[in-house]
Amino acid sequence: MFLRYIALAAATTVALMQPLAAEPVTHTQLDNGLDVVVIEDRRAPVVVHMVWYRVGAADEPPLQSGIAHFLEHLMFKGTDTLAPGEFSAIVEANGGRDNAFTSWDYTGYFQRVASDRLELMMEMEADRMQNLAFTDAEWLPERDVILEERGQVLESRVGAQFNEAMMAALFKAHPYGTPIIGWRHEMETLDDDMAMEFYERHYGPNNAILIIAGDVDTDDAIALAQKHYGAIPANENIAEVARPSEPPHLAERRLVFEDARVGTPYVSRMYLVPPRRPGDASEAAALQMLASLLGGSSSTSVLERRLNFDEGIALSAWAGYNGMMRDYGMFSVGVAPVDDVSLPDAEAAMDRVIAEFLEDGVDPEQFERVRRQIRASEIFALDDTQGRARQFGVGLSIGLSVEDVQGWIAALDAVTPEDVILAGERLLDRRASVTGFLTRPQDAELSQ
Amino acid sequence: MKRWIALFVLIALPLRAEVDITPVTSPSGLEAWLVEERSIPFVSLELIFEGGATLDSDDQAGAVNLMTALLGEGAGDMDAQGFAMRSEELATRLRFDAGRDTVSVSVRFLTENADEVIEHLRLALTEPRFDEDAIARVRAQILAQLRRDALEPNSIASREFARAAFGTHPYGRESNGTAETVAALDRDALVAAHAGAIARDRVFIGAAGDISPEDLGRLLDRLFDGIPDIGAPQVGRAEFLAEPGIEIRPFDGPQSVVAFGHAGIARDDPEFLTAFVVNEIFGGGRFGTRLMQSLRTERGLTYGIGAFLSSGNLGESYQGRLSTDNANVEQVIELLRGEWNRMAREGVTQEELERIQTYLTGAYPLRFDGNGSIASIMASMQYQGFDIDYVNIRNALIEDLTLEEVNSVARRLYDPEALFFVIVGQPVGVN
Repeated sequence: MFLRYIALAAATTVALMQPLAAEPVTHTQLDNGLDVVVIEDRRAPVVVHMVWYRVGAADEPPLQSGIAHFLEHLMFKGTDTLAPGEFSAIVEANGGRDNAFTSWDYTGYFQRVASDRLELMMEMEADRMQNLAFTDAEWLPERDVILEERGQVLESRVGAQFNEAMMAALFKAHPYGTPIIGWRHEMETLDDDMAMEFYERHYGPNNAILIIAGDVDTDDAIALAQKHYGAIPANENIAEVARPSEPPHLAERRLVFEDARVGTPYVSRMYLVPPRRPGDASEAAALQMLASLLGGSSSTSVLERRLNFDEGIALSAWAGYNGMMRDYGMFSVGVAPVDDVSLPDAEAAMDRVIAEFLEDGVDPEQFERVRRQIRASEIFALDDTQGRARQFGVGLSIGLSVEDVQGWIAALDAVTPEDVILAGERLLDRRASVTGFLTRPQDAELSQ
Repeated sequence: MKRWIALFVLIALPLRAEVDITPVTSPSGLEAWLVEERSIPFVSLELIFEGGATLDSDDQAGAVNLMTALLGEGAGDMDAQGFAMRSEELATRLRFDAGRDTVSVSVRFLTENADEVIEHLRLALTEPRFDEDAIARVRAQILAQLRRDALEPNSIASREFARAAFGTHPYGRESNGTAETVAALDRDALVAAHAGAIARDRVFIGAAGDISPEDLGRLLDRLFDGIPDIGAPQVGRAEFLAEPGIEIRPFDGPQSVVAFGHAGIARDDPEFLTAFVVNEIFGGGRFGTRLMQSLRTERGLTYGIGAFLSSGNLGESYQGRLSTDNANVEQVIELLRGEWNRMAREGVTQEELERIQTYLTGAYPLRFDGNGSIASIMASMQYQGFDIDYVNIRNALIEDLTLEEVNSVARRLYDPEALFFVIVGQPVGVN
């Protein structure tokens, strides 16, 4: 049995090493500065149309946290020629779905429609790139909507509140420490003038990326983009906002978040680490491999295997790396202990396992399994056109090139076990970290 | 404005889902629906076993859920670690999910090692080990989940609505069981739950991707070698019992979760599709519905509100959900009653009907989005009893609906006097 598995494993590796057919991705830039990326996937008569602006919550003026996200909501409230709500109504009437999202570094708008409706989507999206218009009847209730949104997705979820507190503690100066949705007391003061000013300073073709993915001919798609977006003049107000950077981190931060709604207490640690860098992904790739080895699987990764399976200390344990941010990346690890293990003991066990991992080195068999899954993920990703479109959108928004995005799998493949250990030793610095306990107050009763 | 109206008229073209489904019968008689898609070298396979958590007895509630969670935790001569490592070597992803009505199995594998993955999955389905250490580990995870659910207002609202709606029927209890029943489950109970839930007589199979009908049939026969022909008897229907009124579950938080609804329409009712269309106008999960327009867009009372036909295998209800600040709950309930009344009395307009027809027929092809979703839809359609050509006639059925038909169903579905509310929070001014 054992021999057979080895033989099969070798065969699998060989086949996966063969290069896939080059994915048809084209990148160009219009004269007005609009980046255009086209991803052809002709399997189904569907297209995804996305516009990403290189502006987000980390670019907000003081006292206006949440304005980037508020503006995202108001972008559905009409233009000089389009009535409030008509944008989504037209998408719906065409059988499409539309939505939008805001992050610290970008704000994106997308529609997924039958491919013969692409031009209509372009016409409308190009319109609201320059002609946004709304009245009190629209923006006033919408401010209540974003406050309800904060209530629902953040204040009603204790894990999200904990995460907000962790981020605020990790970043001492950089605006990644401010929640994307905004602080409630500042959100309550946002108004139409602030939103319009943000729009006029940041929205325009020279600060945007257009992504068209799906059942299109690349040349036709670029010609359509030229027709509808090419006529929009570059916005001369656009200038990159200088963001505060982090001072040296000399002391680790620790916090305890108590709430009677906590069902499963856990300890979480976030480290400040480098993000994906344009032109050289090696550091980020080593961090990603480190995260995959420590926490990428719910059974075989180092933290799960040791703390959950071997020692019975954890209900679950995890590790993750987020490098898709413009200025800083984050590396997180955490443990939810079983009932009779305290959070300090869980933290000590987590640190011990990580230290031992860095001391003992990478298990070559585990390393090979992780690599194999990464290579396979390249095949599975071809099935998810919208996911690929999103990767290019995020990547280009944070300053990566199309080649950087396409080279990620190769960068992961090039990481050696030594790179992983070195990254862990050099980049996980306790002084640049925050450790939090999420727990119930001692005297809280379970309302069950 | 004129420009847009012109476009609006132009685009009402009929769209057909371009999905070519091949019915496959394996040499041993297993039936499956396959959508061949040879351009990417992998396959998605979906199995739905009818029954799910409804097969549990009351004192062993949660047995099917715990059993299903353990299917990937050791099989044949592999313990949990060995099984997971083998999955990683094969670069496959196996998922086992227990729901109220079904146990579903989703697997994704590269064409080049299809045979090995099928053998791996066969071991999980036919020779699960249920090792004591794995039982203890996964049981602790489920108990932790139950504790979280008990402190999560949406879960509390759903649980209380189900309890009021279906009483002592399995639909009235939580699929994952309770802390007491889960703690009491032993290995024998899991072995019995496995024998009852995973059987040939209740399986529906969908596949999509890089595989021929012949190869699929051959693989299915290998996969089902060792799976029993007959499982546990299915249970009977659940009647909707909740009395009109308001039930409040006090919960400390900034908002209240409101669950609302009444009796629904059965999936096999000839008017089900019409009711689905009516609900899409009223409360389907989009921006343009009546509920979203009234409560979110015009009044800013909530981030999102939706209503849905919860039509299960054994019973049905019509429900909705929203979260809102505690101070808004009274107004929200009044508005909901008003919208319900308006629907029951006036129904929808011709314009609303035409818009939803264009939307639903246009959106339908977008569902067939990649091998994973297609395989899942193929299995689900069989489970729900649709004919294989439904994909091709479904849009025509929706286009043919008249305003009279739609509003007759609206009168049947919407009953403002029957509305039942569960409020989890500290609502102001509601008794």
